[in-house]
Amino acid sequence: MSSASVDTERAGATLHLRIGGSWDLEAGIPTLDSFAAELGKGPTDRVALVGDDLGAWDSSLLTYLVRLDALCAQSQLEVDRSGLPEGVRRLLALAEAVPERSGARGDAVDEPLLARIGPATLTSRDAGREMIAFVGEATLSFGRLFTGSARFRRSDLLVFIQQAGAEALPIVTLISFLVGLILAFVGAVQLQQFGASIYVADLVGIAMVREMGAMMTGIVMAGRTGAAYAAQLGSMKVTQEIDALRTMGIAPLDFLVLPRMIALAIMMPLLCLYADVVGILGGAAVGIGMLDLSPTAYYLQTNAAVTVGHLVGGIFKASVYGVLIALAGCLRGMQSGNSSSAVGEATTNAVVTSIVAIIVACGIFAVLFYVLGI
Amino acid sequence: MGEAHITVRNLTMAYGSFVLMRDLDFTVDRGDVFIIMGGSGCGKSTLLRHLIGLIQPAKGEIWYGDHNFTAAEPEEREAMLRRFGVLYQSGALWSSMTLAENIGLPLGEFTDLSPKEIREVASLKLALVGLKGFEDYFPSQISGGMQKRAGLARAMALDPEVLFFDEPSAGLDPISSHLLDQLILELRDSLGATVVVVTHELASIFAIGSNSVFLDPGTKTMIASGPPRELLAHHDDPRVQEFLRRGEKG
Repeated sequence: MSSASVDTERAGATLHLRIGGSWDLEAGIPTLDSFAAELGKGPTDRVALVGDDLGAWDSSLLTYLVRLDALCAQSQLEVDRSGLPEGVRRLLALAEAVPERSGARGDAVDEPLLARIGPATLTSRDAGREMIAFVGEATLSFGRLFTGSARFRRSDLLVFIQQAGAEALPIVTLISFLVGLILAFVGAVQLQQFGASIYVADLVGIAMVREMGAMMTGIVMAGRTGAAYAAQLGSMKVTQEIDALRTMGIAPLDFLVLPRMIALAIMMPLLCLYADVVGILGGAAVGIGMLDLSPTAYYLQTNAAVTVGHLVGGIFKASVYGVLIALAGCLRGMQSGNSSSAVGEATTNAVVTSIVAIIVACGIFAVLFYVLGI
Repeated sequence: MGEAHITVRNLTMAYGSFVLMRDLDFTVDRGDVFIIMGGSGCGKSTLLRHLIGLIQPAKGEIWYGDHNFTAAEPEEREAMLRRFGVLYQSGALWSSMTLAENIGLPLGEFTDLSPKEIREVASLKLALVGLKGFEDYFPSQISGGMQKRAGLARAMALDPEVLFFDEPSAGLDPISSHLLDQLILELRDSLGATVVVVTHELASIFAIGSNSVFLDPGTKTMIASGPPRELLAHHDDPRVQEFLRRGEKG
């Protein structure tokens, strides 16, 4: 069968449009140019569609006819479809059967700057309130834990501890070792100039134990566990599992958020301690392998540089970071919308919120520790 | 007897060593509205997933016309898949895309239409299912029934030869369900498409079904086939009668 064709034939004020050939979406949709040109040639008050030579057809024909209808409506022309195959007429009738719902097509309004700033400010205020309310509820939930009235499954807690602890070891090992290695390299280049290579041990030891162990573990856990929490809770929201808990009188915060917070609060200090050791080993690899320091000298130097205060401070920070990551992950998960893309957004927001919270907390701790002389 | 469009030969469906259904043999004629029916969990949706190639049969073959779908090479299989339209139980619209984008995606992938033309075709498809003007809505902004209709518009995007419906009435009120049934019939009549519907809704079965197969989880095979009203009137198996008579009693 030949390709789609449209021929015009004038009979007085009636324009006959002969639609023929095979109409296929893959071959494209013919334009209305020739029809519009023909309209301009003389007075027309009626367009008669003739489909005697029509072969196979699909949506390309229907789309063409919809366009034609629109053009004829503009020119106030009567369209006679009786010459078209029944299937085409029925589908066109079906497309016109339900009128467009008024207001369905939202008009794009270009709002002035102030009109956009206002709602954005109110949204930010509401988000802030929501965050504070969530932190408050989480605190109350912790209170219920200590009074023994918080309801959650102990088996869930153990699973979360395993996920946030043992299962995180490989990535924490890799990142911490590399951070220790990088710190040592950066230090070695400078310190070697003064013949003070041994102080690489001090640099790596103090940096890892005091700051980097806790912070890098926090960032890894934000991307790994915080994101997972947001995705889990977001998916549960989509499938109405959280609603089901609420209707049974079980507080979702106790049942879902509390065990996750406890798991991270317990595991983060341990992971941080582990990251400190692995980071120091990473530094030692550079010190011993590249700077020709003896293992004993490196150990003794590290031991002398790192104090219990550094260690306790770092572990305390890690605990706080753990709670922040759990709070951010769970908050974003609980705030998630009811679609798969909303879960994706919640996951991204959880990671961003966690990392921002960790960096801000790190800054606050730096000032606080300086003031307290730790 | 019409021209055979889909032929299922000696089909066995299994998950690993667990056989769900065996020895399924039936033919769907071109232009039929074919119902796959049976109680919950009998394997209706699994059969549909076999028919659309999401699961490979443990044994047996599925033919579309004179093409063996089961043994088709990847390229031939892809070309055959393009002639299918599927409406999933939940609508399965892509939530990050507007309705027009949902419908436009397959058009953009498999035709050379310009973005403007794709938009026009998408608008037409939405108008066919009564959603004119909703092109720029996201799935989350419309009701469940509208999502179903938008899913149908997407299923029709490439003017399929076969339309598959998985529980089209699920989650719909009786009026919406009835309207969807009418729409299915209208599309079958005007497009000349073959329609395969998985359902256990008796109202739909009798309203739209021109032929059917009844799956029985007990014997793990089909125990009846034929037009639903004929099965109701003449089939003597008590399981078929019990299933089909619920509607009369209720």
